[in-house]
Amino acid sequence: MNKNIYELLGLVVALSFILALKGLSAPKTARRGNLIGAGGATLATIVVFFAPLGVGKSHHNTILILAAIAIGVLVGVPAARKIQMTQMPQLVALFNGVGGGAAALVATAEYLNLGAGASKAEVVATVFTVIVGCTSFSGSVITFLKLQELMTTRPVVFPGGRFVIAATLAGVLGTGGWTISSGGNTPLLVMGGLALLFGVLFVLPVGGADVPIVISLLNAFTGLTVAASGYVLQSTLLIVAGTLVGASGTILTRKMAEAMGRSLFGTLFGAFTAKPQEAAGAAETRSVKSGSPDDVAILLNYAQRVVIVPGFGLAVAQAQHTVRELADMLAAKGIDVAYGIHPVAGRMPGHMNVLLAEANVPYEQLVEMDEVNPTFPQTDVVLVVGANDVVNPAAKTTPGCPIYGMPILDVSEAGNVIFLKRSMRPGFAGIENELLYDAKTTLLFGDAKDSLTKVVSALKAL
Amino acid sequence: MTSMAILTIFALSIFVGFEVVSKVSTTLHTPLMSGANAIHGIILVGAIMVADGATSTLETSLAIAAVLLATINMVGGFVVTDRMLEMFKGKPKAPKVSKDAEAAK
Repeated sequence: MNKNIYELLGLVVALSFILALKGLSAPKTARRGNLIGAGGATLATIVVFFAPLGVGKSHHNTILILAAIAIGVLVGVPAARKIQMTQMPQLVALFNGVGGGAAALVATAEYLNLGAGASKAEVVATVFTVIVGCTSFSGSVITFLKLQELMTTRPVVFPGGRFVIAATLAGVLGTGGWTISSGGNTPLLVMGGLALLFGVLFVLPVGGADVPIVISLLNAFTGLTVAASGYVLQSTLLIVAGTLVGASGTILTRKMAEAMGRSLFGTLFGAFTAKPQEAAGAAETRSVKSGSPDDVAILLNYAQRVVIVPGFGLAVAQAQHTVRELADMLAAKGIDVAYGIHPVAGRMPGHMNVLLAEANVPYEQLVEMDEVNPTFPQTDVVLVVGANDVVNPAAKTTPGCPIYGMPILDVSEAGNVIFLKRSMRPGFAGIENELLYDAKTTLLFGDAKDSLTKVVSALKAL
Repeated sequence: MTSMAILTIFALSIFVGFEVVSKVSTTLHTPLMSGANAIHGIILVGAIMVADGATSTLETSLAIAAVLLATINMVGGFVVTDRMLEMFKGKPKAPKVSKDAEAAK
């Protein structure tokens, strides 16, 4: 292929990625944006097989490459298609991790290929890619394990942990310097190993609400590694695409942190400042008021305004259709019904919007936190479906608890609060919720979908 | 390519990256993150280039592993983003359709 045409097509792909990101930031154009990005990526993948080569060179390993792509498609597509809505966040984390791993492998292979012929700048870019790529890979794997609840979701902090982390980081940077000054394969290998360890240590102390921010941050990091490998490989497309993701990912991370009221700095350096938490207090012996589905139906039936607060429990129970049925029934009785959507309810920003959109909940009924909060004093009943941390007053009243400072839905202002919960287990952040013991709170234990179905039939019987 | 040209491309890309997502609504944070995640799967192109020029078995193995991982990142990323966005599709239309249906009665 002619070199000019090849580079021109690269430019087309880069522009398609800009259009993709632009499209993805508005609801109307989002799906089209994603398809434009996918089209660009496909074009780039086809074109690279016809890349112009220097004199006397030929294409290698084409069969192997095609086989690897085929296997990748066979793994990636079913994983993405079959995944439950509830598990999407961890899948995104995993995809991000393998991308980071791929960038680290690409840089390493190219480093071996260049050998002693590599320029200083190329070695620096390689070192950067391997460090950040490995960190992103192992960090993403840990976030995956946390979100999949294959390990504890609470911050893991051990005594002296911050010194271990600082020492690991110093080791990573030290071996990085060693690689840059002396070259050779051993320093790079040691550095990669230490960077993998650093990724694990970096994510372990991150708890609950901060996990989505970390995924977004690692995503931006991976973008930058792609840009750095683009420099080594002399590919404008990789530089542009990687930098775009790095820059937009950084902004997105900041916006997410703002939406959650978290300090980005605190999240970033949580690993260095985290202190071991005191063991959870003695087992709670205070009594709670639990009600039957009939009690709940009666409360709802005589309300004028009901706000439904969905959380991760709704996603787990796949109760989005049942909750909509209930809301429709209440609306038919002339009750004012709205959904109070906390920006980070569930496991990721926007998780609830996606879930409720699946059940065709009218868009006007989804009310964002800032708009719904002032209406709680005029609300008779708040129905909390599988949410906990996002309505936990501890975020306002208990300095030092992991969610302190996070904006919450002020459901305690409402006349009655009904919690649909599986058990008394605390939420993702692992903090006790005082509101459960409040006199105006009624608890209905059980799977959210079962409970809602029972409430719906009780309401029909009224 | 000169270093200056690369630096220029890099700097301009940063600003474009900042600019295109500056107005994103909270609702779209997750799909946007997922879409950006799929875009960095473009490292697949780099992986193919390296595999194409690999001269030793070790290089080839590393590069082929990179091709595999990058494909999963890219293809899976775009598919999962599309699935998320599929949920948003037709939302403004749904109530309108039911009204039309009522009117037809």
